[in-house]
Amino acid sequence: MSPTPRFPYVPPPELAGATGRRPVVVIGSGPVGLTCAIDLATRGVPVVVLDDDDTVATGSRAICWAKRTLEIWDRLGVGSRMVETGVTWSVGRVFHRDRELYRFDLLPESGHRRPAFVNLQQYYVERFLIERAAAFPDLIDLRWRNEVAGLTQSRDGVRLEVTTPDGPYALEAAWVIAADGARSPTRTRMGLPFEGQRFEERFLIADVRMKADFPTERLFWFEPTFHAGQSALLHRQPDDVFRIDFQLGPDADPERERQPERVMPRVRAIVGAGTPVELAWCSVYAFRCARLERFVHGRVVFVGDSAHVVSPFGARGGNGGVQDADNLCWKLALVLAGEAPEGLIDSYDVERGHGADENILNSSRTTAFMTPKTRVERLFRDGVLALAAEAPFARRLLNAGRLSRPCSLAGSPLQTPDGVPMPGGVAPGSACPDAPVRDGAGRPGWLLDHLGGAFTLLVFAGEACPDLAGCADLPRVVVGPRPLDCPGATMLVDPDGVAAARYGAGPGTTYLIRPDAHVAARFPAPDPAGLARSLARAHGRADAPVREAA
Amino acid sequence: MLRQDDGFHGRGDDVYGALLSAHEGLSDDESAALNARLVLILAHEVGDVARLREALALARRSLGAAPGPAPG
Repeated sequence: MSPTPRFPYVPPPELAGATGRRPVVVIGSGPVGLTCAIDLATRGVPVVVLDDDDTVATGSRAICWAKRTLEIWDRLGVGSRMVETGVTWSVGRVFHRDRELYRFDLLPESGHRRPAFVNLQQYYVERFLIERAAAFPDLIDLRWRNEVAGLTQSRDGVRLEVTTPDGPYALEAAWVIAADGARSPTRTRMGLPFEGQRFEERFLIADVRMKADFPTERLFWFEPTFHAGQSALLHRQPDDVFRIDFQLGPDADPERERQPERVMPRVRAIVGAGTPVELAWCSVYAFRCARLERFVHGRVVFVGDSAHVVSPFGARGGNGGVQDADNLCWKLALVLAGEAPEGLIDSYDVERGHGADENILNSSRTTAFMTPKTRVERLFRDGVLALAAEAPFARRLLNAGRLSRPCSLAGSPLQTPDGVPMPGGVAPGSACPDAPVRDGAGRPGWLLDHLGGAFTLLVFAGEACPDLAGCADLPRVVVGPRPLDCPGATMLVDPDGVAAARYGAGPGTTYLIRPDAHVAARFPAPDPAGLARSLARAHGRADAPVREAA
Repeated sequence: MLRQDDGFHGRGDDVYGALLSAHEGLSDDESAALNARLVLILAHEVGDVARLREALALARRSLGAAPGPAPG
């Protein structure tokens, strides 16, 4: 690992008299704020990013990045970097004392470009995103040591007061994205309540560097013999760093427990006395599950931890935040371009509010299982552990973390429910699954390389090109068993029928794909009028008159 | 034979959550009483005495205690 990078402060143009309103200002340069900036830049939207510091996260912090997050970063051109440096895993094991109760594989099938998870320290993620942002010098203006000191909203914009080493300046923005973390100063400044459940339990996180032969799997112990009566979690990270998470109980003294002379015996109990171990970072924390009631407040939109926080078990914090960015940025770009009504932004609140609720529910349930509060909760928990060795049903109740999966947006008004029953495949609101394909020249690639970015028509073909006359003028991707020369469409060959099977498709099956690679609508055959209605609806124009294509 | 498939149809966490919620605010004695009543209700829902005896035997084994009365 190289030393912590320091990024140079550059006096902002406003201090030299520049004026003018910015379309979007992002507050905070963590993984979520940077993902927003890059996503907007790929859509041609100029962004200013303000950060009060001049470096990346200290300590590993978030480490588990889910398949869906990697696919979003692929769309932004930075996925490979993450996967090449990260540690790939898909298997988790759950132990009770010395006995393995349960083993799960999060991605048992092949034919996906990305693994279920990679583990990668947050400081690497931020560095790679910062490097990627530098590829958009005309669109992304990343301002270090620029701290927001004031925020005033008008009907159609936001005025920020910003302080710098050279003094204060004002910055006008049409939209502000608050990505300033779990203790969001923007949230505090706006007086917004952040409500939820606080857990009493204390946990110790220790990142240790060691040469150890633990498998590249998520290992979780209930009541391990090396840490009696509590629980423990172990993850491998790059650079021979391991994350070990110890439950300490509600009465632990955080100050005392983070002292190396307290931490190291706990670590040695798990790794053995003979393995040389170096403590890289540690922290003692209690956590809570909380969210803003609404994520959109006028022209200020909250994303990531500033909008919602969960416990770390399940990797739903960082991954949830990246999905926020993915959901919001295409909508902002359309609204700024005048191609969608401002109300489209409200759908971000609906869709990601639903995602946050799902993450909070799962995270709270895991916490309840790991840290029973009452005698009866403990009886149920211990009953599950005791039955799990023999009874398969009890293994399904074991809850050592329900790991982040893309959430379904089926209930959102942007999606069009199926007009006719379409069993199987990908229901409206779901994230698009990947599949191996070949392009027209026979080169192997992935379906997801061709979805997302813009609204896209994904049409499955048989022996002939589908008739798309009159269909919405969108990028078209045709997938078929053999190469076809379909005018105006990107041809992808699906020789083994994997894509067709995953999409439940026969010749003619037509999907309308959103810019965040979720299904907006689907039809058994190309349906120009239906597509036009669904496209209007997906732009937040549910009541728009149907525009029949010429 | 007790069922080996997913009788919860993918909603095991909802079932577990509902069980815990039912005990919220109860004393230990009240919780024990609730569990007894619940067992009676669910035993009736199972209905089949042979399957119930298998379930009872599994529960008893998992306690690590002496086996219960022989099925019969």
